[in-house]
Amino acid sequence: MRYLPKSQAERRQMVEACGVESAEQLFSHLPDGVRLKRPLDLAPGISEYDIVDYFRARSAEGASGYASFLGAGVYAHYRPVLVDTVVSRGEFLTSYTPYQAEISQGTLVTIFEFQTMICQLTGMEVANASMYDGSTAVPEAAMMAARITGRDGVLIARSVHPEYREVLLTYARNQGMPVQEFGYNNESGAAELADLESKINDATAAVIVQSPNFFGVIENVKRLAEIAHRHGALLVFIFTEAVSLGILEPPADADIVAGELQSFAISPSFGGPFAGIIATKEKFMRQMPGRLVGETVDSRGNRAFCLTLATREQHIRREKATSNICTNQALIALMATVFMTVYGKQGLRELAEQNLAKAHYLGAKLKPRFSGAYFNEFVAATNGKTPDVINQALLKKKIIGGVPLNRWYPELENSMLLCATEMSKREHMDQLAEAWQ
Amino acid sequence: MKVRSHITQNEALLFEMGSPGKVGYQLPSLDVPAVDAVAALGRENVRAEIEGFPEVSEVEAIRHFTRLSTWNYAIDLGLYPLGSCTMKYNPRVNELVARLDGLAWAHPYQPEALAQGAMEVMARLEAALAEITGMDAVTLQPAAGAHGELTGILLIRALLEKRGNPRKKILIPDSAHGTNPATAAIAGYTVENIHSTASGMVDLAELERVVDKDVAALMMTNPNTLGVFDDNMAGVAEILHKKGALVYMYGANMNALVGIARPGDFGVDVMHLNLHKTFSTPHGGGGPGGGPVAVKKILEPFLPAPRMKRLRNRWAFDYKRPRAIGKVRAYYGNFGVIVRALAYILAHGGDGLRNATVDAVLNANYIRRKLEPFYDLPYTAPNMHEVVFSDDRQAKLGVRTGDIAKRLIDYGFHPYTVSFPLIVHGALMIEPTETESKLELDLFIEAMTAIAKEVETDPQLVRSAPHSTRTSKVDEVGAARRPILRWKPRETGSQTAD
Repeated sequence: MRYLPKSQAERRQMVEACGVESAEQLFSHLPDGVRLKRPLDLAPGISEYDIVDYFRARSAEGASGYASFLGAGVYAHYRPVLVDTVVSRGEFLTSYTPYQAEISQGTLVTIFEFQTMICQLTGMEVANASMYDGSTAVPEAAMMAARITGRDGVLIARSVHPEYREVLLTYARNQGMPVQEFGYNNESGAAELADLESKINDATAAVIVQSPNFFGVIENVKRLAEIAHRHGALLVFIFTEAVSLGILEPPADADIVAGELQSFAISPSFGGPFAGIIATKEKFMRQMPGRLVGETVDSRGNRAFCLTLATREQHIRREKATSNICTNQALIALMATVFMTVYGKQGLRELAEQNLAKAHYLGAKLKPRFSGAYFNEFVAATNGKTPDVINQALLKKKIIGGVPLNRWYPELENSMLLCATEMSKREHMDQLAEAWQ
Repeated sequence: MKVRSHITQNEALLFEMGSPGKVGYQLPSLDVPAVDAVAALGRENVRAEIEGFPEVSEVEAIRHFTRLSTWNYAIDLGLYPLGSCTMKYNPRVNELVARLDGLAWAHPYQPEALAQGAMEVMARLEAALAEITGMDAVTLQPAAGAHGELTGILLIRALLEKRGNPRKKILIPDSAHGTNPATAAIAGYTVENIHSTASGMVDLAELERVVDKDVAALMMTNPNTLGVFDDNMAGVAEILHKKGALVYMYGANMNALVGIARPGDFGVDVMHLNLHKTFSTPHGGGGPGGGPVAVKKILEPFLPAPRMKRLRNRWAFDYKRPRAIGKVRAYYGNFGVIVRALAYILAHGGDGLRNATVDAVLNANYIRRKLEPFYDLPYTAPNMHEVVFSDDRQAKLGVRTGDIAKRLIDYGFHPYTVSFPLIVHGALMIEPTETESKLELDLFIEAMTAIAKEVETDPQLVRSAPHSTRTSKVDEVGAARRPILRWKPRETGSQTAD
């Protein structure tokens, strides 16, 4: 087999060196009841050619050749060629977590650069080396807020991504953290501040909002932070569309930022792998979950980097750790790092401006249901037709329409969430608008 | 000898090499009217420029990352004997198929009719993993091993809650990985450690004593972190099950068992797998991983939504899961990792996977035989895919396992796992995996043997290693004492905290 680099003669020499008759004998100590007495019921191994063939066939059953207006947490942005060029290098692709700093400086430097760029982007003072994804960063941020405030209540806006809220509930239920939701304003689509005011109290550890929110509407972070802080709670700011940070005011008033970087050259890939982040103020640094890289020197006095503040982590603190997280998303974070490098200061702004222009071109045709300012996503009412009827009609034109919202918001029955990015073409937007008529 | 010195290049940080106006991108020209940001978003919502963000050209970008890459060790450069990490070869065809358009660009909310290929891939991997583990159902949702552990423990809690009492404690052997107790705590359980016997197995007498109606489950690793298969498995499961508790198996060591034995056949109720270990998906410098969870029928109703079901001639997602533990992650899991793992299983096939296991165990035993004359072997039970020595002999001469590990770098190898498991004082934990040639193993054995001799003749040489790397011994204590976690312009000084 091509992945097993030994000849039969070499195997024989090794078996002899082990003092056994055959390699099988190395398993003879296993109790009889434990042994599998038959071959695995799996097809025989196949060639590289056959593997490619199989997956090409699966790929062909997908949506290649379709234009798409799906967003809702996963965005179609162009992936610069350099991204895959860099992450395909075996030195990055096939290395382990950089615990051995002397032979892992490549990974360590890129993570340090990543942490720095996330801070520059979010207005926070420290950022970790990445989380599994945006959705799991939410409960991690909530637990972090609970540790900092010594409280356990969580208030989360209904305008936060529904699947993120579900993940929070799964964790919170077992942490003894009561979670309450507060509504959105039916006019603007932004979080309803009055509802927040009526629910927040001195047991609230965290107020969690997303901006742009799940409806694409930009939240008033300053006001939200002011309300949270007046009650001694922390404001947790979530983002799912990282490109928005190229043009939107960074959430510097928040205490913890938890986000998803999929927009930064990470393939939609049917929902993962992505990379989440947690960033915060310096004073909360020691309560952060996840790996951190720090600058130091080597024994010759040269600048060097290493994983640091590990005393927060599970392999040292065990059950008292800040999180059980072990793996981060280093290679995916590297994709985001290359993306941020290629676009840079000027490019990320221009990219955000293009997204804004495309979405507002479409928005002008479809009339967003909410009045709040939006970036590259908005909710459109379907004017008497059901979202399903519109989407089916669009599929015939090889266009995937928007995400119907009634699955999570029964009150938004005839509405769908639409997203336009720099990859959306004018002709497809025009066709989409026609389907509304 | 595997290594000789060579030139490496210096490289500044991105933030130190930019110049205003330099770019590495070009966007297509807009086919719609430009929009005034302030008018569209409101002045208060529009940011100033991103201070400090990179400004480099495409050429500089690729040189930057390529130069940095040469500062890394990697599987593609040689043996990576990290015990418990299963650093095996990452087949490149897996990278290619994961990037095919219809898979890589599949949106999680695209119509099911246009996602049949992706769903087929997931269903096929679920079925293969169920067969490999001997379990009844698999969820691919967890993003990594520790995430899978959490999912598994939440499933146990849900079942026990339904039976009327979630119970209070999780039992964990003292040889366990650190994520085990951390996971139990996140799932709302307290942790009770249990001791290993002199042969490294779970102590049945102690287990019998501590299992009571407060115990929800035992989290055990088998083969354990010594690389030893616990012969008492049937007895262990019986004790737990008799008292209404469950058996969770930590699946990081599954590379020792695939095709040879199935946890579902020896009493395990729930386990996770690490796709980035046993199933060859690349570690990527610390992720992404994949942590599917396999369960027995009794736990199936609690698996997170959505589940896939086969309708007459197509796959559909089923979100009606009233007893599910809730989602542990948005969408369906690390699909790109799932594609790679399936490609690996297809390449090997059933017999091939078993052959790989046999080679993995042969490699570990070969290393054990060759190094036993030079290093102390505290647990002599037959080992499977990894072997754990101690630095007992070398420590008497003032050289510890961490020193030997750093010296190994000078010989061109990544170190083994240092000082773990905790039950071995000064542990050297070595896992070669099946994808190492005899030549590479012999070079490693030669290096380890040479170091053992150096400890006797020149211990200081070993203690002060590594000597040949471009970065010499790194001051980790200083890094933690004055954390500098981001770059800042020199004139304001590097950021420090606490």
